[in-house]
Amino acid sequence: MRNELRRLIFLLLPAGIFFAGFFLLPMARLFFIGGSGKTGWAAYAAILTDSNYFNSLLSTLAVAAATTAATLIISGISGVFLQRNRFPGNGMLVAMLTFPLAFPGVVIGFMVIMLAGRQGLIGQVTQALTGEKLVFAYTLSGLFMGYVYFSIPRTILTVMAAAEKLDPKLEEAARSLGASPWRVVLDVIIPGLKPAFISAGAICFATAVGAFGTAFTLAAKINVLPMVIYTEFTLSANIAMAAALSFVLGAVTWIVLALARTAAGSSVAAAG
Amino acid sequence: MKRRGLFFLQLGFTLFVCAFLIVPMILSIMAGLTVNYFVGIESGLTLRWVMEVWNGYRDTIFLSIGLALACLAATLVLGIPAAYVLAKRQNALTRAIEELLVMPVAVPGLATALALIVTYGSLSGFRTSWAFILVGHVLFTLPFMVRSVLAVLMAIDLKTLEEGAASLGAGFWERFRDIVLPNCRQGILAGSLMVVTLSMGEFNMTWLLHTPFTKTLPVGLADAYASLRLEIGSAYTLVFFIMIVPLLLAMQAFAKPRPAKFVAEETE
Amino acid sequence: MTGTGKPVSIALANCAKTFADGTRALEPLDLAIHAGETVVFLGPSGCGKTTTLRIIAGLEEPDAGGKVLFDGVDVTHLPIEQRNVGMVFQSYALFPNMTVAGNVGYGLRIRKVPDAQVKARVSEMLAMMQITRLADRRIDQLSGGQRQRVALARAIAVRPRALLLDEPLTALDAKLRDTLRLDIDSLLRSLGITAIYVTHDQAEAMALGDRIVVMEHGRVAQIGKPREIYQRPATRFVADFIGTMNRLTGTARDGVFRCKAGAVAWPEAPATATEILFRPEDIRVAGSGEAASLQGTVASAFFLGDRTRLFVDVGEERPLVIESTARRDFQHGEAVGLAIDPRGLLVL
Repeated sequence: MRNELRRLIFLLLPAGIFFAGFFLLPMARLFFIGGSGKTGWAAYAAILTDSNYFNSLLSTLAVAAATTAATLIISGISGVFLQRNRFPGNGMLVAMLTFPLAFPGVVIGFMVIMLAGRQGLIGQVTQALTGEKLVFAYTLSGLFMGYVYFSIPRTILTVMAAAEKLDPKLEEAARSLGASPWRVVLDVIIPGLKPAFISAGAICFATAVGAFGTAFTLAAKINVLPMVIYTEFTLSANIAMAAALSFVLGAVTWIVLALARTAAGSSVAAAG
Repeated sequence: MKRRGLFFLQLGFTLFVCAFLIVPMILSIMAGLTVNYFVGIESGLTLRWVMEVWNGYRDTIFLSIGLALACLAATLVLGIPAAYVLAKRQNALTRAIEELLVMPVAVPGLATALALIVTYGSLSGFRTSWAFILVGHVLFTLPFMVRSVLAVLMAIDLKTLEEGAASLGAGFWERFRDIVLPNCRQGILAGSLMVVTLSMGEFNMTWLLHTPFTKTLPVGLADAYASLRLEIGSAYTLVFFIMIVPLLLAMQAFAKPRPAKFVAEETE
Repeated sequence: MTGTGKPVSIALANCAKTFADGTRALEPLDLAIHAGETVVFLGPSGCGKTTTLRIIAGLEEPDAGGKVLFDGVDVTHLPIEQRNVGMVFQSYALFPNMTVAGNVGYGLRIRKVPDAQVKARVSEMLAMMQITRLADRRIDQLSGGQRQRVALARAIAVRPRALLLDEPLTALDAKLRDTLRLDIDSLLRSLGITAIYVTHDQAEAMALGDRIVVMEHGRVAQIGKPREIYQRPATRFVADFIGTMNRLTGTARDGVFRCKAGAVAWPEAPATATEILFRPEDIRVAGSGEAASLQGTVASAFFLGDRTRLFVDVGEERPLVIESTARRDFQHGEAVGLAIDPRGLLVL
């Protein structure tokens, strides 16, 4: 049985070496480089003390929070609806809703441009209706739209999986006790879906905080933290500050996911 | 009757959400095939933009496919044994290892990429090769392979199956080949699809890790969106759709659970 | 021949087992199992019976100082794949990625037996277990009883030196259990193999075992032939665990045991006895005009078809259980006289 332990260690070794060499070590190095700039370890506090960074942190968190709320409401309604009602075309709708599951951020950004960009659908429709062209793709609103687009597919999948496991007898029991449909939603369905909401919401939030591709496609002007890091790194060549900021960003997302995992009591798979 | 109204309200809402997701895809596909998108579809349909993308960005497509396959091979070799160990031993240590393995997905790709650059960026032969991007992709996709395989291994009674094989004389490697691998092939397949799809679409890390000679498909897309006319961006997106759609469809087909079988007792 | 390798004798010497978390599953145990014998480990869950089986199988190693001997050869540190034992698991452990034939032939293929011979042996096994027509089925297309037969065929196909069965019938329903118990019994007799059978079901143990090892809290409570265990239980635990046992409390004097409900004549009664035990079949309702040693009232009566099970209140903590074959009804509260056969009386 000692033999078995040796064998298991041997099997874990390839992944372990790779992971230590290419993640743990670089992350540790990133941490030290973050403290090696002009301002030293104060760089780690800059995200709070420097008003520019602090503002981008605030708008990053605001977009992420708005994305999470909107995605949960949309996916909650449609996910429960599709799970509960079987009708012809149901499978087709589910397939369509979960289709963009693995679209990269850049493509999502392009989708937003197709909808709300200078030559976008919304602009054309509003121009035809009001004479004024509505274009918001290249702002925080456009970014918000992109993150919602990105988050809907995986959140709907999570909600549907959770709704499937809800015991319909609980709803029947609540109704037999005289609860109105709204009370059933409030007292039975939402509490039952809470773990799914927490874990899916955490993933929405974490991706919205850390994603880069969508913002990059929409405009360099959008003032969110990942864009700031990118600018610091490439344009200002301020590697230490970029390192410090990205380390903080990484810590924030990781903590959000870890907290959600504790709260939901189940494993929260991270986002792509 | 009130219930009926509610049904159509929800259906309408869901259809609207569907439109939100699907309409821009259709617009983009059309734009990629129209002579002049600003004028509209009446300007005529053409494959000119697609051909331009093919001529200009062919390399990015091949590099992305190659990277995805290399990434798949790496995650299979690293991930399956790791998942096996995590399934075999469930204690605080293995849970911590699982938690660590998932970190590259939780931590923004930008941070991981920066960390790789500050650590290995000075190894110029490595920095400029596609292997540098591969490392990033493997870090990012490995957790998906591990989790997918682990989920299947936890669902079967791995311990007893292995003991059964051992009782028939099978040594460790025979058990691994004959029992473990075949019985988690569902997880391996689902994980593989996920890994290939994610690797093909990965941008957050790749944008920092790439060099002018190692441009992947999403990097090329970002280039095209930023600097070229809308029709070419659209045509390029169309190419990306064509590559990724079969993978996504396969993944959807896989996600469907099979109904459990019940076999009644019969006497001979 | 359908048989197996030469049956092996198995000995455990000073085998204890403490798990990594500190729980003691098995106290030091010495046990000798003769070649060709069927030994049943019987006990409630957590008594150490499965741990003992797994030590014999080679799935667990005993704590330092323990030894497992096959025909006198020390195999303590030999893993199961090198012990050449056949094992049947409670959950069957059939490989879902192989057909029935694939499962049965697996052990032979591992041993690099030529294909033709594997095929022949597999058909022989399938025929023996009467599952020939299932050969190409997948495992999830089998019922529980069919799975059990496949598991047996697979374990025997490799001609093991010993057959180890871990609660093989527990997952099946009662009726199927009875059928398969008969099949397993005739199989073990015809193979003449050394077999160790773990169960918590005393009826299974009685039916199958040449000898029964009753276990409790990681210790052997009694080893003996089924009849000995039943008629002369060594401890109160064994007496209660196997079959039904009636008790009367009182005092013994001059060959008579006196209790609340009367007096039982028992010439050999030890003077120290304060409690006597006996089986339901050693007590009966006395006929009219017959001398009754005890008086009681019927608390409940269950008509079972071939007999009536009576619970008779005699002023003790628990009513006496009596199996009556009399062709009559018993009424709740009816007063009955009881006669006890003193040959069945025990003191523990």
